[in-house]
Amino acid sequence: MSILEYNGAAIIAMAGKDCVGIACDTRLGAQAQTVACDFRKVFKMSDKIFVGLAGLATDVLTMQNLLKFRQNLYELREDRELTPKVFSNVLSNLLYEKRFGPYFIEPVVAGLDENNQPFLSGMDLIGAPVYTDDFVVTGTATANMYGMCETLYKKDMEPDQLFETLSQALLASLDRDALSGWGATVHIITKDGVTSRELKGRMD
Amino acid sequence: MGDSAYSFSLTTFSRTGKLLQIEYALNAVANGRTSLGICAKDGVVIATDKKLSSTLVDLDQVSKIQKINEGSGFVYSGLGPDYRVLVRKARKSSQSYHLQYREHKPVSQLVKSTASVMQEYTQSGGVRPFGVSLLVAGVDADKSPRLYQVDPSGAYFAWKATAVGKNYINAKNFLEKRYQDDMELEDAIHTALLTLREGFEGEMTKDNIEVGVVSQADGKFRALTPDQIQDYLDETS
Repeated sequence: MSILEYNGAAIIAMAGKDCVGIACDTRLGAQAQTVACDFRKVFKMSDKIFVGLAGLATDVLTMQNLLKFRQNLYELREDRELTPKVFSNVLSNLLYEKRFGPYFIEPVVAGLDENNQPFLSGMDLIGAPVYTDDFVVTGTATANMYGMCETLYKKDMEPDQLFETLSQALLASLDRDALSGWGATVHIITKDGVTSRELKGRMD
Repeated sequence: MGDSAYSFSLTTFSRTGKLLQIEYALNAVANGRTSLGICAKDGVVIATDKKLSSTLVDLDQVSKIQKINEGSGFVYSGLGPDYRVLVRKARKSSQSYHLQYREHKPVSQLVKSTASVMQEYTQSGGVRPFGVSLLVAGVDADKSPRLYQVDPSGAYFAWKATAVGKNYINAKNFLEKRYQDDMELEDAIHTALLTLREGFEGEMTKDNIEVGVVSQADGKFRALTPDQIQDYLDETS
């Protein structure tokens, strides 16, 4: 059993036309036992930046706090907002600092840059980043999610279509993974705001 | 420096509430060669006179204007060796910033951290304040051109135009008369050269002055070559 699979998680982030979507399951488990069905793994850092943290739940919560700490200090000192690219680098740096005793999380960053264009990045637990223009996935059901995304994804989807695609990709992946599921939340981010919805899926 | 044998500060308050070491440091600055800067609406120029004690000195090897990162540069009046320490620290801090954020350190942040270092040396054990006032030129994160002065105490000020070092009062008066809010970079460079010439002993040539420029257009700081300086000198005479 890998430590990254102890609690279970499934997160997908996808880019559309002038928008991004990020979705996660809401299960918290202790190996086979399900402990909670309202444990969200996607956090809003600002109107334009969302981060999804998959992995060991304690590290998910710690990293959420650490990121908020760094973001607050940056915004106070620099008197300006963090951009998704810079935020992603801060996260990568934080993870690499613990290279020989890492945080057990594999994050994804989704946001809109200064020109309201989609930004996506994913990283491993020691901060190696990958930047894509279509989708990034992380968690215990990545094999399923990669297959679903590769099949369902199309370029330049409008927000409503992005929501449908993202939701279907996530829901189908969750059902075939024992460690994720028990509910899902989807956020669609555009320059005009964020729409968050709960998905109705199999509660098992 | 600052180890256990010297864990007490050498800079302490006088009865009248002054930190005499800082006053003395400011004296050292006032004895240094003149430096000045002008903030135009589309860029910043800094300049200094680099005359040295003897004609035998190889002036080509002297470089007072230093680039710190892509968008910022320093010039100083005061003690050269102290200046070089600050330049080293500022460059390192810019690179650390870039490692963390993958963005160039904005000039306002650079000024804050450099000023913070200078303040530390007025309070830490076993050290003395830096004997330099810095003029920092740069284009900030919001693309606005900025000119800052940083003093030995660690105090920093944003200026539209200023001068430090020998003869700074006359230079500042001259700048006050000539400065306009909507000045362009080219005009600012000419004005800077004219101001420098005002207090110059002897003939001002391309080899005994230095000029540094950062324009809003590309946000990159660069020191002008002697040939470029000659072009501007020709225009001003």
